[in-house]
Amino acid sequence: MSHGHAKEFKVRWGMVVDVDKCTGCGACMVACQVENNISPMVRQDKENYLPSMTFERDDPSNKMRTLTWLMVYELSNRKDYPDHEVAFLPRPCMQCGNPACVPVCPVVATDKNEEGGIVSQIYPRCIGCRYCMAACPYHARYFNWFDPIWPKGMDKALSPRTSVRPRGVVEKCNFCHTRFLKAKERARQEGIDPNELPEGYYTPACVEVCPTGAITFGDLNNPEHKVHQLAHGKYAFRLLEKLGLDPQVYYLTKRDWVRKQGDNYLANEEPHAKKH
Amino acid sequence: MDSKLFPEGVQRCSLGKFMLWLGAVGVFLLWGIYAAFIILYNGIGVTGLDNYFGFGLWITFDLAVIALGAGAFFTGFLKYILKIDQLKNIVNLTVIIGFICYSGAMLVLTLDIGQPGRAWFGYWHPNVHSMLTEVIFCITCYCMVLIIEYLPLIFEQKQLNRIPFLRHLAHNMHVNMALFVGVGTYLSTFHQGSLGGMYGVLIGRPYAFREGFFIWPWTFFLFVLSAVASGPVFAVLICTLLEKVSGKKLVEYKVKSLMGKIAGSMLCLYMFFKLLDTWAWATGYLPSVGLTFDEMFYGNIYGKWLMWSELFLCGVIPAIMLITPAIRNRPSLLYLAAILDCCGIVINRYVFTVQTIALPVLPFDNWQTYVPNWAEWAPSFMILAYGALVLSLSYRYLPVFPQEHRLNAK
Repeated sequence: MSHGHAKEFKVRWGMVVDVDKCTGCGACMVACQVENNISPMVRQDKENYLPSMTFERDDPSNKMRTLTWLMVYELSNRKDYPDHEVAFLPRPCMQCGNPACVPVCPVVATDKNEEGGIVSQIYPRCIGCRYCMAACPYHARYFNWFDPIWPKGMDKALSPRTSVRPRGVVEKCNFCHTRFLKAKERARQEGIDPNELPEGYYTPACVEVCPTGAITFGDLNNPEHKVHQLAHGKYAFRLLEKLGLDPQVYYLTKRDWVRKQGDNYLANEEPHAKKH
Repeated sequence: MDSKLFPEGVQRCSLGKFMLWLGAVGVFLLWGIYAAFIILYNGIGVTGLDNYFGFGLWITFDLAVIALGAGAFFTGFLKYILKIDQLKNIVNLTVIIGFICYSGAMLVLTLDIGQPGRAWFGYWHPNVHSMLTEVIFCITCYCMVLIIEYLPLIFEQKQLNRIPFLRHLAHNMHVNMALFVGVGTYLSTFHQGSLGGMYGVLIGRPYAFREGFFIWPWTFFLFVLSAVASGPVFAVLICTLLEKVSGKKLVEYKVKSLMGKIAGSMLCLYMFFKLLDTWAWATGYLPSVGLTFDEMFYGNIYGKWLMWSELFLCGVIPAIMLITPAIRNRPSLLYLAAILDCCGIVINRYVFTVQTIALPVLPFDNWQTYVPNWAEWAPSFMILAYGALVLSLSYRYLPVFPQEHRLNAK
């Protein structure tokens, strides 16, 4: 059996994250949670409480249950002081060109579509089998273990354009899809072709909020977009390239040890020359 | 009291004793039903599953019982298509076991999926590229075939059989059974394979990913072979368990020995390809993605002992035991080989389900461990109890074993 082939798209939305600029502040994670109406983890469901039927839920200390579409990992060079170094690596969905998750879904609840090659998740279609989660090596997919609970008042602050999800469905980063729709609306109003959005029209929340400008976003296929140049740069790499998933998220670093943690290498092996 | 319902010429324990047994089974059933209510009311967050382990005990349980239930289709195939007549003495039991395994697996799956109300989407919005779609189709269709195969046995119950319509229906279903068995064999082969294919296609999971033939990864074929290598001896074990509990001889030993020979031959074939596959995976595929064999294991919980147990203790050894007539013809050794064989297949399904997703693929990620909690164990025990209930009722009231009367005649 051969690896699948990446579909070709005219527009390929992608992200380039400069790991050397990331301070690990977590603002991108917070912005993502707010933009995408990700519910906080609340221990008790007071609204639907039934004695001996309603169980307590996890609190946010259970990191195996959190919904973090964008997750900042802390990388270490595993050396002792004074040579010790860390790096922070934000991990959104890689929007793989050859996604592991899409072909496995039994009900077509996730799709890699022609609208910029973003891997979508159709919540009302998802049956919650979690096969896509088992397929994704980046852990970019999350499951709604319980129905969302919005503490009093918080429901008033939900993003009006983003749908909330019920329990039992999988969700994931979609590069803030509602912002994409909004950008296309704006382009139409301004008489611009919505399929050729100029740089800066469509910006996910994490990109907008990053205080150090570590994340750049745009069309990887468009030479006029900055991501195109950055992704082709000398310091660019992608996570787990050898698996052939063809991610649309690139990382930049000048530190060899960080680059080396982007993929698995045998003891006598050095990182390969960059592929595109 | 209920002796008029018993099959012709056989003895059964008293109704009181039987009810006591059903009461014990009922405790586990009720425990599972309570857990099911809790799960459906709260959501599957009450289980030990998490974002790393979307698959856990339930999927392992499903895959294991579906493999062990393969005795139904394979024995049916050998009996009705290849005409190995001796197997008629155990084929009814394999059908009942198959029915229990498949319907039980489907019950667990309705709890396992996050949105049980959408289970029918597998039919309505099928993704033809997904191995799971094929599994959904074939498991549900094959369960229907098993019901069709089970029905004539129910209609042959002494009192029901007095109703002419049911008697004729059962007769006609028997006449056409080869057709249903053929359909069942086709469906079952494919979904046993697709369950393996489900893991083999995971390009992002080096523990499970395999190259293959056309659209089918090697795991597709390995899962079919391992199922037919364990299903027949699982039926032998259940039959022996029934004999021990009831204190009666139900099937001639030579039939059991034949089932052992069949499973043993398939196990030899399976082990040959499984060892080749493991070798190619460890020395070819893993290095190509920058990983080593040693990196596939972690501590005791996901240690190499699991793989060695699966391949040798519960693979090569029972294969040799089952194909050697001198060993196979000694009951205790046949049962030991059968137990090892079944354990090997359960380990295989477990590591493909859990170890596959426990392995950190990102170099900066860590191994995670998974332990199922009571909310997962209870429905699993509920299915075992459900199996015990169906089997007990079938044994008591249906003519499951054609040889029973003769073997126990005084």
